[in-house]
Amino acid sequence: MANQWYPLASVEETAVGRVHRTRLFGEPIAYAKDTAGTLTAWRCTGSQQPGSDPSTALPVIARYGYIWATIGTPDGDIFPIPEYGEADRRNVAAGTIGVQVSAQRAVENFLDMGHFPFVHTGILGQEPHTEVKEYNVAVSQDGREILATECLFYQPMASTVSTSGADVEYTYRVPHPTCSVLYKSSPLDEKRLDVIAIFCQPTGHETLRGHMMLSILDDVNTDDFIRNFQLHIFGQDKPILENQFPKRLPLEPRAETPIRADKTSIVYRRWLSQHGVTYGVIPASEQVNTP
Amino acid sequence: MSSGIWFPVANTSDLPHRHVFQGRLEGRELAIWRADDGHVNIWENRCLHRGVRLSIGTNTGAELVCQYHGWRYANRSAGCTYIPAHPADAPARTVRNRTFPVLERYGLVWTHFSENTPAEPQPVGQYDDLTLRPIPIGAPGKLVWEFLSDHWDPGLGLAASDDLSYSNGTATLKLFLQPADSNRTIVRGLFNHQEADYDRGQVLLHLNTVLSELRTRIENEAARRPAPEPLIPAYVPVSAELAAMPERSVQTGMIRVHVARKTSAGEGVCSLELTPVSGTLPSFQPGAHIDISLPNGLTRQYSLINSPLETDRYIIGVKRENPSQGGSEVIHDTVREGDLLAISEPRNNFPLRRDAESTLFIAGGIGITPLLSMSAALNNQNLDFAFHYFTQNRAQRAFPERLDLLGSRLTSHLNLSPQQTSAEIAGILASPSADRQVYICGPGPMLDAARSIAEKQGWDEKAIHFEYFKNTREIDDSSSFEIALARSAMTLQVPAGQTILSVLRENGVDMPASCQQGACGTCLATVLEGEPDHQDVYLSRSEKDRGDRILTCISRAKSKRLVLDV
Repeated sequence: MANQWYPLASVEETAVGRVHRTRLFGEPIAYAKDTAGTLTAWRCTGSQQPGSDPSTALPVIARYGYIWATIGTPDGDIFPIPEYGEADRRNVAAGTIGVQVSAQRAVENFLDMGHFPFVHTGILGQEPHTEVKEYNVAVSQDGREILATECLFYQPMASTVSTSGADVEYTYRVPHPTCSVLYKSSPLDEKRLDVIAIFCQPTGHETLRGHMMLSILDDVNTDDFIRNFQLHIFGQDKPILENQFPKRLPLEPRAETPIRADKTSIVYRRWLSQHGVTYGVIPASEQVNTP
Repeated sequence: MSSGIWFPVANTSDLPHRHVFQGRLEGRELAIWRADDGHVNIWENRCLHRGVRLSIGTNTGAELVCQYHGWRYANRSAGCTYIPAHPADAPARTVRNRTFPVLERYGLVWTHFSENTPAEPQPVGQYDDLTLRPIPIGAPGKLVWEFLSDHWDPGLGLAASDDLSYSNGTATLKLFLQPADSNRTIVRGLFNHQEADYDRGQVLLHLNTVLSELRTRIENEAARRPAPEPLIPAYVPVSAELAAMPERSVQTGMIRVHVARKTSAGEGVCSLELTPVSGTLPSFQPGAHIDISLPNGLTRQYSLINSPLETDRYIIGVKRENPSQGGSEVIHDTVREGDLLAISEPRNNFPLRRDAESTLFIAGGIGITPLLSMSAALNNQNLDFAFHYFTQNRAQRAFPERLDLLGSRLTSHLNLSPQQTSAEIAGILASPSADRQVYICGPGPMLDAARSIAEKQGWDEKAIHFEYFKNTREIDDSSSFEIALARSAMTLQVPAGQTILSVLRENGVDMPASCQQGACGTCLATVLEGEPDHQDVYLSRSEKDRGDRILTCISRAKSKRLVLDV
């Protein structure tokens, strides 16, 4: 897991010429942007100035509107989101929220449709339309990515032009242990898909900063409106996430009770186990089995 | 786990109407809530599904609803009664949250974690007790106990008499320590005065003041010592079957119940209220039925008519059949209040979806029983429905006092011929809608008529749900064929005159079953190969046409061989 890129902050919102502090895997990290737009990141070992101690420097990269760094040695670039490069799309770094729970709990919540009517009432779902219909989930052949397709869920205001509810189709990708990308039919162009991504920065085992990115077909709303909407949605999830126990994601199958609707999260938990992930999770072997 | 005493974990006043109180004992969080029937529940504060605190959920008065996915847990049993993500499925019975023992005494709510039930806490005096405001202290229980035992003076002329007891001859103060966590102790207390007339407010204020002063002294001392590690509660893992998402729940043993009440519930109908001999009855979903073992050796199935608010008993309605096959007659003539009966756990093969914009119920005669429970569940959740009830006359309407609760949503159809009944049903089903679900229960001919009307009027088969009391069709059991069991790796012969179910059971394969006449759906199995010869009334026409499922108690094979996923 250490050999992955992790998001730290929105490039645009990072003030020039100042040192910003954050954490990654519990370690204090600093990052900065100079007047030329060059990004730097380093481990905080007392030195405060960018580049003053080359031995603490971390690899850094800008992708999808965010600054990404790593404490390990990534074997390549960040996962692709091809739609991000399409000329007619609005790409918005839609805000960052700190949450007191493990990053994987937040990813699992992002993959979950069943909570829409109860947590995002009137926006992404509405009782009594609570059914999670059968959908497909698979791991790619190289084992690098989880893909859930044909996920249908009732949305009360299916588009900005409709006043009635309808099923909306979602596709979910998990290309990274703490990031997920969803595709959803665009209200403006039914042949194309809006992209909404969550990039989680595991600041500790049981804390994260969630960075949201949108790449959508929208020539009406302002960036601020889009950000406010995403923050509103994430703000509804936050109190639920912070009331989950244990705060780390349990990988032992018997720790919690999955249902068919949770197929994606079952695969996600198994996939984390297979990749030997131990950060932010309770590995299956450590699960306490006695009352 | 702690030694065997009851610990107070809440004041009665912490449990106002429809509230969920978050308690803590030995590091374990508790969701403590009172149902509208007065019962106090103490549960693990964690939804079994995704670990969200139940104390942020909703107390509906009869159920606790998780805030995350709307899972509903029943008062008393803590059994999950509904999973909204899968409206067409009945939850596996064993989805049941962890419960802890409850005592409510002297204005306090008590529980314990020990295996054996400890002796009940004793009252402080014979007069009314005052319940003190709880004082939380950031210190280990042992340190709090040491301070209290070391010549602490509560004032009011009270002197230490016994362990954490203080008395002055006419008044007594008794304190209890609730070890909330390794470094957090809650002092709770009761006060009793032999005179009925004294200034209670003054006493409460005084004791609150002296205990608050004591708290400061103890916390100052605790701050000088190293803080102990917090206690980490272990969560009981869910069963392996649940973790693997079972397709079918496995039948377990019988439950012993008392006949608490036997009353008339309409002409020719009697109602039995069954209460547990010990413990709590398993939760049930609307539409569920139980098997009852009758004194004459017969087993019969009856739907529960309960509303979700009634978790302390099961209620059934039994119509005297003429001629009786031996079930209804025994219940009407032989079974009495106080009798012991053995029943199965509730099974639900007629689950109620709660994701429709509106729901239609159509009942004929005693077929009203499962629909009463369903309509009460929708009523409880403020979901829209209409109820049509067909009987020969007004006196034959069963459970009239429950019908009154349906108000204007009930339409009674009296004294109609079969043709008139069909015409009425055609009117009720006039406008098919994707947002409406229909549940029909009644005599076979009425259901057959409703089925063909619905089909003719273009209803989606999935939106119309039938429950037959019994299978009145002629059964042909003359065929003989082979069954191969894919999972058990066995091949067996089913001769003429025997059923698949009886052959399975003779060969040691456990298969749940209930009515054994192809009406209830309990013994359903998946067909992997071969052509079934369906003789049941449970599967719909398209389900029969698909040929991938079979009721093993009655249906047979047209092909020489059936491969079953058993």
